[in-house]
Amino acid sequence: MSIRPLLAVAVAGLAAFAILLLNNREKLRDVVSPLAAVAMFAIVASMAPTVLAGGTVDLRLFEILPGIDFAFRVDALGMVFATVSSLLWIVAAIYSIGYMRHLNEHAQTRFFACFATSLAAAVGGAFAANLFTLVIFYEILSLVTYPLVYHHEDEEGWRGSRKYLVYLMGASKSVLLAALALTYHIAGSLDFMAGGLLSRVDASAPMLTVVYFCYLFGFAKAAVMPMHAWLPAAMVAPTPVSALLHAVAVVKMGVFCVLRVVFHVFGTGLVDGLGLGIATAYLVSFTILMASVYALTRDDLKARLAYSTVSQLSYILLGAVLLSPVAMVGGIIHIAAHAFSKITLFFCAGSIYCASGKRNISDMAGIGRRLPWTMGAFFVGSLSMIGVPPTGGFVSKWYLAWGSVEAGEIAFLIVLLASSVLNAAYFLPVSYVAFFGTEAQESPATVIREIPLMTIPLVATAVLSLSMGIFPDYFLTLAEGVVR
Amino acid sequence: MEFPLLSLIVFTPVVGAAVLMLLRSDDAVRWTALGVTVIDLLSCVAMLAGFDTTTHEMQFTETRLWVPALGITYALGIDGISAPFVFLTALLGLICVLASWVAIDHKVKSFMVSLLVMQALMLGVFCALDLFLFYVFWEAMLIPMYLIIGIWGGEGRVYAAFKFFLYTLAGSLLFLIGVIVLYFHGGETFDILALTAQDLPFRVQSWLFIAFLIAFAVKVPMVPVHTWLPDAHVQAPTAGSIILAGVLLKMGAYGFLRFSLPMLPEASVYYSTPMLWLSALAIVYGGLLALAQDDLKKLVAYSSISHMGFVTLGIFALNLRGLEGAILQMFNHGVTTGALFLFVGLIYERTHTRSIADYGGLMKAAPIYTTFLALFTLSSMALPGTNSFVGELLVLSGGFAANLAAGVAAVLGALLGAAYLLGMYRKVALGPASVGARFKIRDVNTREMVAILPLAVLVVWIGLYPKPFLNIIDASVKHLLTQVHKGSGQ
Repeated sequence: MSIRPLLAVAVAGLAAFAILLLNNREKLRDVVSPLAAVAMFAIVASMAPTVLAGGTVDLRLFEILPGIDFAFRVDALGMVFATVSSLLWIVAAIYSIGYMRHLNEHAQTRFFACFATSLAAAVGGAFAANLFTLVIFYEILSLVTYPLVYHHEDEEGWRGSRKYLVYLMGASKSVLLAALALTYHIAGSLDFMAGGLLSRVDASAPMLTVVYFCYLFGFAKAAVMPMHAWLPAAMVAPTPVSALLHAVAVVKMGVFCVLRVVFHVFGTGLVDGLGLGIATAYLVSFTILMASVYALTRDDLKARLAYSTVSQLSYILLGAVLLSPVAMVGGIIHIAAHAFSKITLFFCAGSIYCASGKRNISDMAGIGRRLPWTMGAFFVGSLSMIGVPPTGGFVSKWYLAWGSVEAGEIAFLIVLLASSVLNAAYFLPVSYVAFFGTEAQESPATVIREIPLMTIPLVATAVLSLSMGIFPDYFLTLAEGVVR
Repeated sequence: MEFPLLSLIVFTPVVGAAVLMLLRSDDAVRWTALGVTVIDLLSCVAMLAGFDTTTHEMQFTETRLWVPALGITYALGIDGISAPFVFLTALLGLICVLASWVAIDHKVKSFMVSLLVMQALMLGVFCALDLFLFYVFWEAMLIPMYLIIGIWGGEGRVYAAFKFFLYTLAGSLLFLIGVIVLYFHGGETFDILALTAQDLPFRVQSWLFIAFLIAFAVKVPMVPVHTWLPDAHVQAPTAGSIILAGVLLKMGAYGFLRFSLPMLPEASVYYSTPMLWLSALAIVYGGLLALAQDDLKKLVAYSSISHMGFVTLGIFALNLRGLEGAILQMFNHGVTTGALFLFVGLIYERTHTRSIADYGGLMKAAPIYTTFLALFTLSSMALPGTNSFVGELLVLSGGFAANLAAGVAAVLGALLGAAYLLGMYRKVALGPASVGARFKIRDVNTREMVAILPLAVLVVWIGLYPKPFLNIIDASVKHLLTQVHKGSGQ
């Protein structure tokens, strides 16, 4: 028993409360988020040694229903998600201040309060010990990110946020609800268990198959096609939201939930026995390739990044459902690798927008010469997305590729390679045009230069992307702990 | 003889009503009514504090001979199935007084007297252990409710009150016939517990089940006898709607639990599948109707039909999770829908319109109002972490065990719930702020806050820690299940 999992959640929750109270004192209010982020990261990190050594940190609060507790359990999988979220919150908090101040955005208090609550929900979900606790945090995350998506309160914002809520709530109030009720009916519990909760009960194969797919599509945050359309729609949000939430916390919550279901509700043995692994692998492979094709056709930089996220999320799932230990490790560490690189890319998109007001790639010719740090970081992020050594993306893709060979599924190796080519095709031209394109004639009044409060965080995350490629041990150890 | 706590709870409002008659000023009437309901609520809290959760036996029982020749007694008592609703009735009674504080501006005294008498009768229904006594309370309720809708209602109040009266009366007549049949078949007694122990022939059970079904189905209401509900709700004053949704609709489900299941176990099992389908129909049809509404109050009214469908689904799943979920959902529906009607009333007092299209952007004008509205909207759509989710999970889990297809239909209803409730909230609270310009909106004041807070606390409390509530009902539900299974030979 340790109170630290609850503390990590509470720190962000209290920060949101403090932000609301400091509504009229902007300077003080803006300091709250970075401080809370550091505190949260410290609490999460303090539990890392125990988890790395193969242990867990448990906190059982109270019983909700027979067989269902409100409880936390920090294990290796949760630690991967929590480390990534809390670490990146520190940089995102600083970046947000730069972004919001520069654009002089309205409703900043609401923005920062919702942002902090989102992190509380993400880390709460990471540490949840059972499906009930997980789903509570999952839904809180949907709700508090909704005001962040409609932040601009214009026609586009209302439309995008509506789609966002329709997809997320629609999925969770239909298939996810059915899956939960059926699981409780079959197993009499919703606890995560090593080897799988449902592997110990007697239930028919068709029933289990239905429950499995209900989870896969019910956790719409994982954005498996056709449940992906909310993600591009959510790009109407301010860029820091797209960066931390719609590239890290929210979407990773989705894949995290699916991984929980595969590893700890069904168990890899049962998923394999039901023949669901390969079926899901084909489904997510389709998502990987289709989303990449969509990304190719988008000129709006954020839209391109969004479709790239849809594609990359399915890498994580592909690794898990190939069910070979190496592929599973690859999938799990891709949570971190994708997070570090994709947040960099979004930060860059925001930085370009703040500095120049440009959103379309076709307008960005020559901008790399004005924003060398931003576009340099963008290039590093791109390399990691493609999987070029020595970036983080290389490590996870290496494991994924090796894993598909190990699983004897060469088809998925081809999917991985093909999508890498597609990644290169939609990311590299951005850097090329930015550095080598001919600048359109601008009026001399426009001065495009780096904004320090934004550039420093994005360089930091680019460095993280690189260092994860050079020192992947932390995440590898955790991932091996999950698979073991 | 123990202290007659239940008599105190039931008759405190009657005494209060008598005192009100003597008062002159409207303010004195309001404060006295408030005091009476507070005393009543505190008595209920005392009752719950002394409630023994380990037994299914009736507690706080009182028995006095009333009409010895016919075997009629004045018998009160509560078990785990009725106790939550005694508490809920007293709580909503207090909230009704607060909700009517300024909304009722004419014949205040008569209104408060009706309200208190109504409360006493409803409490009597949940406490009665004698079938005749039960029937007296059950029928007498119609009168104050008829007055509340017919005098203080909206423009179509007379039509709505009459429709409500006719539907319920028609149902009650069948109930009366059933009571008489039961009296003669069950050894010429009105003692509910003694009648429960009878082993009636299946043919008798079957006819009685259908008679009771019609009586209770009107109250629940189940499709297709639901059409009185939207009229009554839309025309009723806020307090009337809160009573209707919060307590009266529970009476039908309570009837199933107190009479149909334990007295007619064989018939209950026999008819359980069609009952599950009727419930699924109510869930989906009610949801579709709610989805089509532009009137805020009608939307909440139709949502009640859908939500009560979950309750009957849980009851006729005839398993532990289904029954516990159903009772919890009955309580939750009282809290949440009661609160939603309160919120509809609050906004109507300010804008004098209930058309959803007239609202928009209320978040800017009234942030506290819209924040709590969000809480109750989410509770109504059963978001995880709120009270209704716990009940819904139990009901669905029990429902899937009983009938997979009906469970799937119920899930569809849950999805519809999310659609109309979130759609409603988005149109009312978010969007461009047109309301501020057209209406003078003020946020909730202290009196309104006092009415809202207990309900909000219950939403979160039951959502995260429902154990104390489930403990209260647990023993009685388990006993009820053994009665059903023993009686039906399963």
